[in-house]
Amino acid sequence: MLEIKNLTVAVEGKEILHGVNLTIGTGETHVLFGPNGSGKTTLLMTIMGLSKYQVTRGSILFKGEDITGMPVDERARLGIGISFQRPPVVRGVKTKEMVLASMKDKSNLDIVTTLASRTDLTDFLDRDINYGFSGGEIKRSELMQLLAQQPELVLLDEPESGVDLENIALIGKLINELLEKDSPMHSRNNMGLIITHTGHILDYVNARNGYIMLEGIISCMGDPREILTEIKARGYEQCARCAFRSAHHV
Amino acid sequence: MSNISESKREKAQSAINKKAAMGEDIDLSQFTRSAEEHPYQKDPSELTTATKGKMLEAGLMLDDPSQRVGTFIQMDNTPIHSSAKEEGVEVMPVSQAMKKYDWLMDYYWQAVAVDTDKYTASVELGQNDGYFIRTLPGVKTDYPVQACLYLSKAKFAQHVHNIIIAEENSELHIITGCTTSLGNEPGMHLGVSEFYIKKGAKVTFTMIHSWNPEFAVRPRTAAIIEEDGLFLSNYVLMKPVNSLQMNPIARCNGKNATARFNSILVARPESNIDVGSRVFLNAEGAKTEIITRAITMGGNIVSRGYIEGNEVGVKGHLECRGLILTEKGTIHAIPELKGNLAGIDLYHEAAVGKIAEEEVEYLMARGMTREQATATIVRGFLRVDIEGLPPMLNSELQRAVKTSEKDFM
Repeated sequence: MLEIKNLTVAVEGKEILHGVNLTIGTGETHVLFGPNGSGKTTLLMTIMGLSKYQVTRGSILFKGEDITGMPVDERARLGIGISFQRPPVVRGVKTKEMVLASMKDKSNLDIVTTLASRTDLTDFLDRDINYGFSGGEIKRSELMQLLAQQPELVLLDEPESGVDLENIALIGKLINELLEKDSPMHSRNNMGLIITHTGHILDYVNARNGYIMLEGIISCMGDPREILTEIKARGYEQCARCAFRSAHHV
Repeated sequence: MSNISESKREKAQSAINKKAAMGEDIDLSQFTRSAEEHPYQKDPSELTTATKGKMLEAGLMLDDPSQRVGTFIQMDNTPIHSSAKEEGVEVMPVSQAMKKYDWLMDYYWQAVAVDTDKYTASVELGQNDGYFIRTLPGVKTDYPVQACLYLSKAKFAQHVHNIIIAEENSELHIITGCTTSLGNEPGMHLGVSEFYIKKGAKVTFTMIHSWNPEFAVRPRTAAIIEEDGLFLSNYVLMKPVNSLQMNPIARCNGKNATARFNSILVARPESNIDVGSRVFLNAEGAKTEIITRAITMGGNIVSRGYIEGNEVGVKGHLECRGLILTEKGTIHAIPELKGNLAGIDLYHEAAVGKIAEEEVEYLMARGMTREQATATIVRGFLRVDIEGLPPMLNSELQRAVKTSEKDFM
């Protein structure tokens, strides 16, 4: 289980998240909507522990352990994995090195080629990570690394952005695998938090709860598809009013 | 040498106090030029284990030379071994070659000006041999010739003059390792190397320097490349050195001639390194690429690059990336492009900085510790994919880099 309690986060001295509360139970997938700059990515990066995101108040608990001050690598080893929206290019570091680094058991090298084949990235294994990759290739590469890592908490930052229609089904399939969607809820070990701007991914991935984040506050908890319909019909502005009404309930 | 022309000697004499255009001025009088003669080694695998170990660090394989077509070793002043195993490949001391070939005088100091500075002048006036390597027309070697310039005497200045000729349509690969057995005692290496790459010929030249923190080094290198010729130079300096300055020149004089320089530089604390490459694109279709990866761990690096386009249809790319790993140390990238007419295509890119935290944390998010992530990024930074370098040489180059990596990661 992931429990975020009253989380306040600042980036370069500016407060971005203002007292966020969120709980994701084992086996659950939650979706976060929100306009650009509302703090969605800040929340994911803070859960992952990136140093740019400073927790000024509140706490993050994962599997009962307070990870608020834990380094990124320890969180990864504890079972948190992230698909970055815009991961950096690291020149000279090959894609296969990243896949290998992600694997807990590094003895079976065949897994690397198998995962590359399944994500349609076989020709990318010897290329510098993310260098010259298209939007869709980046997303598949991120998911390939997560499949190697097998995290229990899967954080996905706009997994469908920049992905063409042909590939979005593949992305959806890979995410479902990461989140054990083929297993009944009670037997799943993994959980997920997905940021989506367009909601396209919901055509392929089922999610239990949806939220809207507005100006650093989470609000409007409900069925993700209903929330998406509401956003499409009325825009985030209407949701802002809703948020004002319901913020204290979330 | 007896048959050096008087005019060259006079020119050298006039330049004996001429400071170099770049790099700190080294007082040559603090070094001796004399050293005892060393015995000839018919079988270099019989050298001491310690000596072979030092040479191996610089790329010399003496115990198993099956992947070498020739070997040259000079210890201090003495060429102690030279041999060639393949028909059409010549490897010998330059003094011997001068006696054998009258025409060699036509090449002597033609690519490098004898009066460039006091170091070239000193080589001319105090020369103690060097190597001559030549491939005959059409001869293509699969494996490289290996050469070692070795210093074993403290406060000694080694003066060498090397001449390399790849005749028409030949292919020659060379690995040169310059190293010393001296721990922390001072020494100096002055090496002139002149490359003549004839029509359709290809030369790859991989030079690995492995000195000590008290060494001063002044190589002076130039290549003349004819039509469809290729000169591919790889330089690796990852061990400590006190002062090193070089700025080799490639003149692409023939149509479609190509020059490529790849340099990997690591400056330890107290090291002053000033390394550049200059390419003159003098004929239609000539092209060049200059790539440098520089890392400072507290020392100072000046990384230069100069490309001059003098004919239509030439192309040049200059890239310098520098990584500062410690609080102290500087990297000064100086890329220069000069176009003298329309219809040329020259560009450069340079970046100097510390390792991006975003990259470190990206790797950490996959489970690497901060130390592992940093080491992986540095290793990647030093991994230069060299176009045109045969796989075997590429893996040897990577091995040399990897060997030195251990010292600072």
